[in-house]
Formats: sequence, structure tokens, C-alpha cells
Amino acid sequence: MANWTEIAKLEDIPKLGARVLKMDSVDIALFRTATDEVFAIKDQCPHKQGPLSQGIVHGSSVTCPLHNWKIDLASGEALGPDEGCVNTYEVKVENGNVYLALSADDVAVA
Amino acid sequence: MKEKLVLIGNGMAGVRTLEELLKITPDHYDITVFGAEPYGNYNRIMLSPLLAGEKTVDDIMLNGEQWYIDNGITLHKGKTVTQIDRVNRKVIADDGTTAHYDRLLLATGSNPFVIPVPGKDKVGVIAFRDIQDVYNMLTAARDYKKAVVIGGGLLGLEAANGLMKQGMDVTVVHLLDSLMERQLDKVASALLKASLEERGMQFLMEAATQEIIGNGRVQGVRFKDGSEIKADLVVMGVGIVPNTALAQDAGLHCERGIVVDDVMQTFDPRIYAVGECAQHRGIAYGLVAPLFEQGKVAANQLAKLGYAHYKGSVTSTKLKVTGIDLFSAGEFNQAEGDEVIVLQDAAAGTYKKLVIRDDCVKGAVLYGDTIDGTWYFQLMREGTSIADFRKTILFGQHDLGDAGHGDETRVMALSDEAEICGCNGVCKGDIIQAISREGLFTLDDVRAYTKASSSCGSCTGLVEALLASTVGEGYDASPNKKPMCKCTEYSHDEVIAAIKENELKTIPVVRDFLNWETPDGCAACRPALNYYLLAYWPGEYQDDAQSRFINERAHGNIQKDGTYSVIPRIFGGETSAEQLMSLGRIAKKWKVPTVKFTGGQRIDMLGLKKDELPGIWGDLADAGFVSGHAYGKALRTVKTCVGSEWCRFGTQDSTALGIKLEEMTWGSWMPHKYKLAVSGCPRNCAEATIKDFGVVCVDSGYELHVGGNGGIKVRVTDFLCKVETEEEVMEYVGAFSQLYREEAHYLERTAPWLERVSLSYIKERIVEDEDGRKALYERFKYSQQFAQTDPWKARAEGVEAHEFTPLQIQG
Ligand code: SRM
Ligand SMILES: Cc1cc2nc3c(=O)[nH]c(=O)nc-3n(C[C@H](O)[C@H](O)[C@H](O)COP(=O)(O)OP(=O)(O)OC[C@H]3O[C@@H](n4cnc5c(N)ncnc54)[C@H](O)[C@@H]3O)c2cc1C
Ligand code: SF4
Ligand code: FES
Repeated sequence: MANWTEIAKLEDIPKLGARVLKMDSVDIALFRTATDEVFAIKDQCPHKQGPLSQGIVHGSSVTCPLHNWKIDLASGEALGPDEGCVNTYEVKVENGNVYLALSADDVAVA
Repeated sequence: MKEKLVLIGNGMAGVRTLEELLKITPDHYDITVFGAEPYGNYNRIMLSPLLAGEKTVDDIMLNGEQWYIDNGITLHKGKTVTQIDRVNRKVIADDGTTAHYDRLLLATGSNPFVIPVPGKDKVGVIAFRDIQDVYNMLTAARDYKKAVVIGGGLLGLEAANGLMKQGMDVTVVHLLDSLMERQLDKVASALLKASLEERGMQFLMEAATQEIIGNGRVQGVRFKDGSEIKADLVVMGVGIVPNTALAQDAGLHCERGIVVDDVMQTFDPRIYAVGECAQHRGIAYGLVAPLFEQGKVAANQLAKLGYAHYKGSVTSTKLKVTGIDLFSAGEFNQAEGDEVIVLQDAAAGTYKKLVIRDDCVKGAVLYGDTIDGTWYFQLMREGTSIADFRKTILFGQHDLGDAGHGDETRVMALSDEAEICGCNGVCKGDIIQAISREGLFTLDDVRAYTKASSSCGSCTGLVEALLASTVGEGYDASPNKKPMCKCTEYSHDEVIAAIKENELKTIPVVRDFLNWETPDGCAACRPALNYYLLAYWPGEYQDDAQSRFINERAHGNIQKDGTYSVIPRIFGGETSAEQLMSLGRIAKKWKVPTVKFTGGQRIDMLGLKKDELPGIWGDLADAGFVSGHAYGKALRTVKTCVGSEWCRFGTQDSTALGIKLEEMTWGSWMPHKYKLAVSGCPRNCAEATIKDFGVVCVDSGYELHVGGNGGIKVRVTDFLCKVETEEEVMEYVGAFSQLYREEAHYLERTAPWLERVSLSYIKERIVEDEDGRKALYERFKYSQQFAQTDPWKARAEGVEAHEFTPLQIQG
């Protein structure tokens, strides 16, 4: 069951930027695009675990800061000839608030 | 309803145009392709290695039939279009298939030229143009022994070489007295002939064919002087004629080829033509590099973007005979008044010749050692003045300060296991395989597929050499202008000019003005645009944090585990007991995992978590430190030696001068990292001659050196001039820094920048033009007013706090 948890206000995340939500089991990166779409993916590049939240955001993808892989934010898939995939999480924005669908295991906050 | 696009000619130019079009607008057209040949799209260039048995048909396919299906393209293979009905806008093929069009693209290529002699239609007389021709030759090679190739040009020699590899006894017949006369001068031509003869190829020079003899099948060739030679197979490799018949029948204006304008449009605005069948500004090209450029323009027009124009191409040639290295470009036979530089080494079997006019390369012929062909070609296309390195130009580009790689540039001699890209561990074999398997043609493609040369870039030259030798001149070494990135057609220089001339002051405005193809740019162009705007509109432009690479955004270097390093500025490398104690105390308080002296005379604290950064920065600021910008495309360090204050050889106070220089320049953003040094005497303990700007003190004043680099490619500085006072040193440093800031491309360090614009140019601007120098210096100082705020202190006080604090779950 999706358990919608309020994480942040939209304006807490910079446009074309990201914020990190640190959880016990995982760090989740929340990205905001130029058109105010929000995506949530695991903050770990499928290449060598680079922190994707620190990359440059363009369109609906992010370029990893360590070796420039491009990751599609919606699917979590590496773009171009690179192959790899990172977990994505369901996220929604309502009235300027950002909600994440977390399972019970995730919620234990770090 | 989608518009309909029909392509006639399933060859290299036509399909490349479709690929370019699909990249820009995948959904604009319903596309139908007619191809007379019964295959998908293959790499015609590779027919030579196919004939020589070095490749298979599968190896040379570029787009198999699945590609057409995946892209929703209707392919009519094996169907020849016989009529274009321009009134009803439809095309009709030989089997009656018709297709309607809104736009029509002609890419019908060329036909081989067959010399009109009696007997030309006999069995066993063939051309060398398509897969079928290669099959015919292979069959003949199985059953017969003696082949005659008519034509000693590129095509003829590649055919002859392939047939020889297939075990035939081959004679090349040539009308003139030297081979490849359109590409080679007499010396290179003679070298080539000798080495082909060594391999067993025979030649009949100055022989005019009169008749092909035989009953039914060819049995021999007779020449004008009455002599005869036996032959079971005759290959006509004398040239090509643009295939214009279809266009001509449709009433389109044709001369040698189908006449097109700068947007590749024929006289009927609905009909475009690209490739060998097209004639642009009087020229019908016969090599793929220009055709690919044409394809890009045609695609841009078909996509209704309408800003790309084709201005013609300069071409170069290589011969694809394994083991023979040969390169030719431009006007290789000197005209009156030209100068010629030649290097010939008979023992090593190499010959290099450059034709120079007004200090620019006009033509090049290389034999035996072609590694620098792409470099000479680039100098030629860009019209770079070679005055400054004329003496060494024939020794090659690696002689220009590339002590790092030197002999390794003999890349073709390396084994397949040799590592080419040290950063990503990519071997020569991997690269060559990817090039042939994926059908790669550009450096960008190779970077994307193999990662080679995608990191530090020091192996770019090697990768380019591999590309050039693997795909022949299909590889477009250096397009006349290199777009800044994939989001735009414009080069760095064009973007810079647009920003200045049209007073563009924000990133979105620049992108709008120049019709960027992506909504928010990419990780390559955003930092560049941010830098240019910052450099041109100091005090006005609002820095865009999200357009900076993480190191600059977080003011620390990201490490492989996601932690950061902190390197405070230690002006001129001179510290004090007080400073060292503060650093020790702070490192201890924050439990810094590693404390290390850097190679730049300061101290690195490594392994801090991102959310700890503002805290330690605050402590450092309280102790009087500012950011060392070790993470930035910015002024890094000013290295000094002890100088006259202590050293028994010191001539000037190098340490104090270094500190003054660092106080003046710290905080300035640059196109790339930027390092200074001041040495107290010519022993040069501060290594000033491998810095971007180096000062070497002498008894009578200060020697100024520029454009050095100690990193990937070591480059020793060039001597700029000598000055007498510290004030002058400051002025020259400020002016040079500002010139670099205003004119270099983003991510171009002073060394490559200087090589691109030439030392003479820099001297002209900095040494000879006193007013100009002073103005540059003033502009530098003006922009420093806004740059010298400590980013660490600001962030310790709360600026951009969101960057350093993770989110919490609410409530
Ligand atoms: C810390 C330091 C090594 C050390 O422990 O001594 C260092 C560390 C790095 N260097 Fe360096 N370089 C350091 C001195 C040098 C020097 C020596 C010098 O400055 O005298 C050189 C050669 C001189 C030169 O630049 O011409 C040097 C040439 C490079 C290069 C190659 C630059 C080039 O143009 O060829 C790179 C790669 C780049 O910039 O693209 C690089 C890149 C890097 C990066 C930033 C790699 C990265 O992107 O993560 C490293 C950051 C590590 C970190 O987090 O601190 N580093 N690096 C030195 C810092 C000096 C300082 O106080 O700021
Ligand atoms: C053996 C060989 C080696 C070469 N080596 C090099 C090299 O090293 N470097 C280099 O740059 N270039 C090389 N070239 C030249 C290069 O291959 C050509 O410049 C390039 O292929 C031209 O592309 P194109 O699309 O204009 O024509 P093509 O590739 O010839 O494509 C035209 C296609 O249109 C089809 N067609 C024509 N009329 C019709 C019709 N009415 N209906 C349907 N289909 C039709 C033809 O069958 C053909 O398939 C070489 C060529 C050959 C033959
Ligand atoms: S360069 Fe050498 S000799 Fe000269 S001042 Fe420095 S340390 Fe002394
Ligand atoms: S870790 Fe992301 S690209 Fe290497």
C-alpha cells in the first residue's frame, strides 16, 4: 500500500536541482525540473555509486557528477549507450507540497 | 496527418540525412525509402576491406532492416525509381510501386564511369561500386587468375589490392605517368608505386586502352600503341559520374550533378538532393565527409528549423590499403610564390611535404607516417598561422610540447591490447571493434560507445588517429566549426560573439536567441554559458548555481565516496606558526580523516561530509582563511620559492611578489584552472615555466612566461617579454588573465588556447598594444571587485543552506 508521506515544500528543492532525503536503508534524491516536475530516485549511480543528487539536471535527466553517465529521472535508466538502472520512487506534488510513497520499511528515518 | 517524406537512394548520404532528421524530429514525417540495391544501408567505403577479405558483409552493415522497422520507415529495397511526377508529387518505381511525397530527397549517388571502348560490355568487365560488384570480383578470383584494373587512382588501387589479396595476378593500367595524380605529388606517387610493386602489383603506365578483346568473355586488353595484355577480369576504376538521369527526366536543373543551393534544395523547393548526385557551388563531392555535412543541413531544413547552411567542404584523402600510410589534402603542388617544407627519410620510408602560403598550410602530402595528417588538415581548414612553430611543424604535433605521449602517438603500430585511454581502461582493439561494429564516424560517437577519450581527453589524438585510419576519410576530423555541444549548432566563438554583440545577459535569453535545441541545455553547455555570462557582465550577471559542476556548486572537490575536500588558500605558499596551529586545531575538531600537503604548497583536508562543510568553513573563516578554489575553473595557486629574502641565489623577492599576485587574482573565475608561479632566479625552483603564467626573476627585472601546463600534456611556457618593475608584472598578469578570460573557450586551458590563437597574437595584444593592455588590466580589476568575496564565509553564514542540508521527513 502506498503510504504518502509529506517530505518537503516544492520551493525547498531548487529548480534544476535536487535535495537528499536520508533514510536508514537508503538515500533518496528528489529532483525538480525546470517545469516543476518532481522525481525521486535512489541517490546512487548504477555505474560506481556516485551521488546523483549532486549532478547537473537538464530536461528530465541528470548527469552523474563522477563520470558523466546520464540517467533518466522518470525510469531510472541510464541513457545513451550506457546500461544500468536505479530504483525510482513514486512521488506527487499537491498544493506546493511534495509527497513520497514509502513502504513501512523505508520510513524509519536516519 | 503527418507529412510524407520520400527518399530515393538507400545509400550513405540519404540514410545519414534520415538519421540526423530522426534525431531532431522523430515524428514529423511518414518516411518511405526506395533503394535499387537489395540490402539495408551499408558502408560503401568498406567495400575495399570487404574485397580484401578483411571484413564481412555483416561487418559493413550500418542499418539493417530492423532499423527501418524500429523507426517506422517503409523500405522498398531492390526497387529502382524510374519516374518523378512533380505535378502529382509522387514517385514511381520499376515494378509499379508508387509513393506520394510532400518533400522528396534525392540521394542517388553516382554511376561508375566506364570508358567507351569497344568490348566494354563483355562478360568479365566490371566496375567497383556496390556489393554485387564485390561478389562478381570474388567469384572471378576463384575461377580465374589474371586481372587488369584500369585506373591508378584511389578506387583502382584499392580494387587491385583486394584482388591481389584474393590471389589474383594483378596489373594496374594508368593513362598518366604517376599514380593518384589528383592526390599525390610525383615523389609520394613514386614511393607508393615502389611499395605496391614490392607487394607484387604490376603497373603499365602511360597506357591508353583502345579495346577490350575476347569472344564473349574478356580475354585481354589492347592499347593504342598496339600492344596487348591478357586478362580474365577487367575492373574499371577510372572514376564516377553523378547519377542525375532521374532528376533530369523530371526537369530539375542539372549540370554535372543535380544543382542545389546552400540549404540543399534543388530548383523545385519540395525536392532536396544530397550526396554524390548533388552539385553544390559547382562541386560534386565523391567522399563521405562532405556528404555527411550536407546531410546535417538537409535534415535541419527538412525539420523546418531552417538555420543550417552548407558552405562547401575541404576534403582530404587516405588510401585504404593495409600497411600503406598515405594522406593527402589541399593544394599539394606548389604554385608560384608558395613555400614548400619537405622531410624525407628514405631509410624509414617516410615522406612529408607541406605547401605554405602566407604562413598558412595550403596542402599536405604524407607518406609512411600519417599520424599528423588530421592536425595539418585542421591547421589548413582553420587557416591557423604556423609562423611560431614552422621550424618544427614537420616533426608533428606531439613535438609541440607533448612530452607526455611522444612516441606513443605511433598509434597504428600498437598491438590491439595496448591501452589507449588510461582513464577508462579502453584498449586499441576495443575502439577499432566499436568503430566497425557500431558504424561510428565521429569522436563523440566513439566517446559515447567506448568511453575512450571521454574523461581527461589526453588520448583524444590517439582516438582520432584510430578513427581516421579505420574509417578512412569518412571520419570528419574537425568540422569547419565545432558546435559547443549537442544542444546547438553554434561554436564557442559564435556564442561568445552573440553574447557580446547582442548584450545577452541570462542563460535562457542566450538559448532563445540562438535557438537551442534542448529546453535547459546539458551538462556541457550550461557551465560554459554560465561562465561566459559571468566573464562578460561582471556585477550584472547573477551566477546560476544549478549550472555549475558540483565541485563549484559545493565549493569543494567531490571524492569517489561522495565526501569532499577542503583546501584553504595559503597566499604564495607562505604560512606561519599561528596559521599552522589554527589548521591543526580545526582539523582535529572536525576529525578530518586525511590531512595532506598538496602539490600546490598548501594543505588539503580530505574526507568531510557535505553537511559538515559550512561548519568547518566557518571555523576557517574565523581563523582568517579564505577558500583556495582548488575545486574551481578559477585561479588556483601562486607557487613561489623563497627568493632573495633568504636564498643565496635569489635576485628578487619572489615570495612577496607571489603573494601580491595571489591577492590580486584570487577568486577570479576562468575558462579553466589557472596557475601562477614566481621563481627567484633562473634555477626556477617554483617551476614557473610550466604554469599558465610564470615569472622568473633576474637581476635586471622579471621575465614573463605564458601558456605552460604541467598536467596531462606537459607544455613549457613561451617567453612573452621582460619587464623591469613589480607594477609592470602586475599589469601584465592582469591583462593576460583578462584576455584569456574574454577570449578562450570554456574548458580550454592557456596552453591549447595559446597554440590556437598563436603567441604572436598574444604578444600583439599584451606587449605591443600598450593602451589595449591597460584597458584589459582595468577590466580585470573591475571584475575582481565582484569576484573577491569568500564563498566559504558566505555559506558558513547561511547562503544556499539547502545545498548542504538533507531533507527531513516532516512532522
Ligand atoms: C590536491 C592536489 C593533489 C595533491 O594532493 O597534491 C590535486 C588534486 C586534484 N587535481 Fe590536480 N591536484 C593538485 C595539484 C596539481 C598540479 C601541481 C601544481 O599545481 O603545481 C598539477 C599539474 C600542474 C598543472 O595544472 O599544470 C595538477 C594537474 C591536474 C590536472 C591536469 C590539468 C591539465 O591541464 O592538464 C587535472 C584534471 C583537470 O583539471 O581536468 C587535475 C585535477 C585534480 C582533481 C581536481 C581531480 C578531480 O576532478 O577530482 C583532484 C582533486 C582532489 C581533491 O579533492 O583535492 N589536476 N594538479 C593538488 C592541489 C594543489 C592545490 O593546492 O590546489
Ligand atoms: C570501393 C569504394 C571505396 C570508397 N572509399 C571511400 C573512402 O575511403 N572514403 C570516402 O570518403 N569515400 C569513399 N568512397 C566513396 C563513398 O562511398 C561515396 O562517396 C558515398 O557512398 C556516396 O554516398 P551517396 O549516398 O551519395 O551514394 P551511394 O552510397 O552510392 O548511394 C546511392 C544509392 O542510391 C541507389 N539508387 C540510385 N538510383 C536509384 C533509383 N532511381 N531508385 C532507387 N535507388 C537508387 C543506389 O543503388 C545506391 O544504393 C568509396 C567508394 C567506393 C565504391
Ligand atoms: S630559485 Fe632557487 S636559487 Fe632562486 S631564489 Fe629560489 S631557491 Fe633560491
Ligand atoms: S558513478 Fe555515476 S557515472 Fe560513474
